[in-house]
Amino acid sequence: MAVKVLIPTPLRAYANKQQSVEVQATNAGEALKALTTQFADLKKHLYNEEGKLRSFVNVYVNDEDIRFAQKDATPVKDGDVVSIIPSIAGGR
Amino acid sequence: MTIAPLQISEELAARIRAHGIETYPHECCGAILGTDDSDRIVRDLMPLQNRRDDSPRNRFEVTPDDVRMAEKTATDKKLDLIGWYHSHPDAPARPSEFDREHAWPWYSYIIVSIQKGEPKDMNSWRLKDDRASYDQEPIALGAK
Repeated sequence: MAVKVLIPTPLRAYANKQQSVEVQATNAGEALKALTTQFADLKKHLYNEEGKLRSFVNVYVNDEDIRFAQKDATPVKDGDVVSIIPSIAGGR
Repeated sequence: MTIAPLQISEELAARIRAHGIETYPHECCGAILGTDDSDRIVRDLMPLQNRRDDSPRNRFEVTPDDVRMAEKTATDKKLDLIGWYHSHPDAPARPSEFDREHAWPWYSYIIVSIQKGEPKDMNSWRLKDDRASYDQEPIALGAK
């Protein structure tokens, strides 16, 4: 399945300055894996040292947050759009 | 690495300080809208609600929905979402370990220190590519 992954502005420098990248995948996890295989420098900004998606990184298939769907196994089909949206967090 | 200054008008800098005073002793937060061409210039601010009801004195959170709304607002104004500001009540204007774990490079992170309700230092930070630490981004105050 050809899906489009939208690259958030802060991470475009690690994806050849592209706004979106088309990858082949059957679920959200595969789409992210294909993306980070193609652009390895993206990996550390999306995943922690244990290989888990960072807590502030949210992934959507179209408008659905994959954490509230089937997480990495959330299916994708031709033409779907995968978005990576941070929640902004911090504190003293 | 030398970082070019983040340019911000006195008026917009004053708005960040005022937001920090208003929410003290809780943390304030907001989006920074601007342009990022040869210079990075703050053009507008978007104060946001701190969603961390459980620990607002030492934590802030902007939800993904708020992030999308800030991105849309920036696009509508023909600006970019270039960063985020927040306050550190009774703490220095430098990123905490918690800040670092939740940051991305490229964004400008402005932190204003509010000591006993009074604004003190305001600094801007950019996370390094290796995520290990920040570079301080000088702030150039002045009308733009």
